Amino acid sequence: MKYIDGYRNPEAAERLNSRIAVLACQLKDRHKTAAIMEVCGTHTMAIARFGIRSALPENVDLISGPGCPVCVTETGYIDAAIALAGKESIIVTFGDMINVPGSESTLAQTRSSGGSVETVYSPSNALTLARNNPDREIVFLAIGFETTIAPIATLIETATKEGLRNLSLLTAFKLVPPALKALMTDPELKIDAFLCPAHVSAIIGSDAYRPFTGPKGVPCVVAGFEPLDILLAIDGILSQLVAGTAEVENQYNRVVKPEGNIKARSLMEKYLQPVDARWRGLGMVPQSGLGIRPEYGEFDAEKKHGIKIQQGREPAGCLCGDVIKGKLKPTACPQFAKACTPDHAIGPCMVSSEGSCSAYFKYMR
Amino acid sequence: MKPEDTIQLAHGGGGRLSRDLIQSEIVARFGKGPLAGLPDAATLPWDTKKIIFTTDSFVVQPLEFPGGNIGDLAVHGTVNDIAVSGGLPKWLSMGLILEEGLPVSTLRRILDSVKAAADACGVTIATGDTKVVGRGQCDGLFINTSGIGESLDGFHLGPELVSVGDDVIVSGGLADHGFAVLAARHNISIGSNLKTDSAPVHRLVQSVQNLAGGIRFMRDPTRGGLASVLAEIVDGRKTGINLLEAELPFSTGARALSEILGIDPLHVASEGRVVIICSPDVSAALLEKWNGMHEGAGARRIGKVTNDKGRVTIKTVAGGQRIVDVPRGELLPRIC
Repeated sequence: MKYIDGYRNPEAAERLNSRIAVLACQLKDRHKTAAIMEVCGTHTMAIARFGIRSALPENVDLISGPGCPVCVTETGYIDAAIALAGKESIIVTFGDMINVPGSESTLAQTRSSGGSVETVYSPSNALTLARNNPDREIVFLAIGFETTIAPIATLIETATKEGLRNLSLLTAFKLVPPALKALMTDPELKIDAFLCPAHVSAIIGSDAYRPFTGPKGVPCVVAGFEPLDILLAIDGILSQLVAGTAEVENQYNRVVKPEGNIKARSLMEKYLQPVDARWRGLGMVPQSGLGIRPEYGEFDAEKKHGIKIQQGREPAGCLCGDVIKGKLKPTACPQFAKACTPDHAIGPCMVSSEGSCSAYFKYMR
Repeated sequence: MKPEDTIQLAHGGGGRLSRDLIQSEIVARFGKGPLAGLPDAATLPWDTKKIIFTTDSFVVQPLEFPGGNIGDLAVHGTVNDIAVSGGLPKWLSMGLILEEGLPVSTLRRILDSVKAAADACGVTIATGDTKVVGRGQCDGLFINTSGIGESLDGFHLGPELVSVGDDVIVSGGLADHGFAVLAARHNISIGSNLKTDSAPVHRLVQSVQNLAGGIRFMRDPTRGGLASVLAEIVDGRKTGINLLEAELPFSTGARALSEILGIDPLHVASEGRVVIICSPDVSAALLEKWNGMHEGAGARRIGKVTNDKGRVTIKTVAGGQRIVDVPRGELLPRIC
C-alpha cells in the first residue's frame, strides 16, 4: 500500500491546501476566479470521494466535464444495441451500460425479457464468447475514450488472426482533445483551466494538450487519481493563473510521457480512423470519434447488420446534457436525489459509476 | 412478479433494503415490547433482575475461512449481541441444519471450534437440535445460536441518549472479517495476512462497566459495516457524526482489497469489534483500559457526534468533507 499511502498523506494535503488558499487569495486580489474543469470521470469520483471540492477556497471551482464514457454515449446508440439484441445477437458490454435508458427501454430490460446481454470486465471476454458460440453473432459495445479504445482495437487484431467471423463492434469511441476544443470555444462556458485525465494522457501523451495552451489558451495540468495528485495539479493550475501563463504541466509523470504510448496509438491507427461523433451534451463534434477503417468493415456492426445509429430521444426531464457540458451542477438539477436516484435513474450521469450525478449522490448530498 | 415482490439478496445485506424489510414485516407485527427499537438483544425483567436474550443464524459461505469457521463465528456472534446490549453471556443454544453429503470430518472441525470458542468465552452450550435436509436444500451447514446473559448493572444504552460532543470509539481494526470471507470465497490472494477478526467482545464490555454512566451506545459493526451502524444512530435525530478518515483503523489487507474491488471498507463487516459512543469525560479512561487488553489493543477514537442532523460525514485525508453513504445493494452476501 506504500504507493497509495504516499499520495494520501494528510499533512502533505494540509500543506497543499494552505498553498492553494494563498494562491486563491492572490487571484482574488486581482478579482479573478478559477473555473477548473476536470475532464475525466475517474477524477470526478476521486474529487468527490476525498471531499476535495469542499476544502477549496470560494473563488476556485471544480467543474465536472464530459469524461464519463457511458454518459456521453447518446440514447440512439442504446436503441441500436437493443435492436441488435432483438436480432438474436449476443450483446457484450461493460456493466455500467446495461441500466442506461435508451429512448424506450434499457439493455437490462431487454435481458430480463429474454434478450442475450452479457456484461464483462474486459474486452477479451468478447473473444471467448465468440469462440464458444460459433453459431451466434457477438456484438461488442465499443465505447470509451483513448484508454479503452486501444485494448478494444486488439479485438479486431486477434479476431483477424484467428479467423473469427462472428464478432463485430458497435462503435461510439470518443476522443478527448476534440472535446476540449469544443468546450473551450463554447460561448456558454468559461473555463479557466483543464485538469487533464490520467490514463487517457498515458495513451495520448501530455503533448496532446499543447494546442490548448499558449497566449489564447488555458493551463492544462495532467494529474493522477490520488488526492495529493489532484491537489498538486490544482496548485499548479492556480500558480499558472496567478502568473498569467498557460502551459502544459505533467504532474503525473510517473505514468504519463510527453509522447504517450506509441504502440497503443499505432494499433488504434491501424484499425480505426477519425469520424465526426455526436456527444450527449456537446452535440456533433467534428472528428471527435473513431470508427472502423473500411478495410476492416466486416467487424463494423452497423455495416455487418445493416443498422444505423440514429439520434435518440432524451429521457423526459433529464438534464444530463447540461451536466456533462459543465453548465449545470448535478445538485442544481431539479430531479437530483428526488425523482432521479441510483436505484431509479432518469439519465446516464446517475447510472454510471463515473457519472457526475452518481458521484454527487454518493458523496456530496 | 416485480423484483420488490420477492426476497432479494440485498434484503439480507444490512443496508437500506434490510431495514425496510425488518420495519414493514417484523416490527409491524412484533415491534411492541422487548423488540421496540430493535436492539441486538432483548432485555427482559426476571424477578428483581434482568436477563438478556438474543438469537442469530449463520449461513456463511465458505464454512471455513482464514482465521475461523462458521462454528466459532456462531458463538462469537451471539456472545457479542448480548455483550453490546450491556450483558454478560451465560448460556447458548445450538441448532444445526446439515446438508446430506456434508463430510463428517468437516462437521467435527466445526463442532471443535464451537467448543473451543464457548470455553474461551466462558459460556455453556445448554441446549441444541440437529436436522438433516436433502442435497441442495441447504448449503453444507447452517447454525442458529440463541443466547441468554445477565444484565450488567449501570448500562443505559440507546441512540436517543447520544449527544453532541460525544466521542466515537472502535475497539480495533475494521472490515477484516468481510474481506477475509470474500477473499476465501473467490480465491483472491493478495499476498498479505488477511484473516477474520471474529472474536468475543464481552470482556471489553465488562472491563468498562465502571464507566457505564458515560457510555451511551454500543454495537458490533457486522453486516453493512460501520457506515450502517452510524447511520442507524443518527437516522431521524438531531445528531450527526463526523469521522476522521486518517484515524480509521483498516488493515493493509482490508485496504488492498477495498482498492482493488472498489468496495468501501466502511460498508464491510467486522465480527469481533465494538463501536462505542461515550461522553468525552470517560473516553481517555476507556481507551487506556482497552489498549491494555489483547482484544482492544487497536482501539482508538475515530470521530465525534455533531449537530449535523441525521448525517454521517467524514473528514478525508485530503482535508475535505464528504458524506458517508449506507450500502445500497448487496455486495457481500452470506458473510455471517
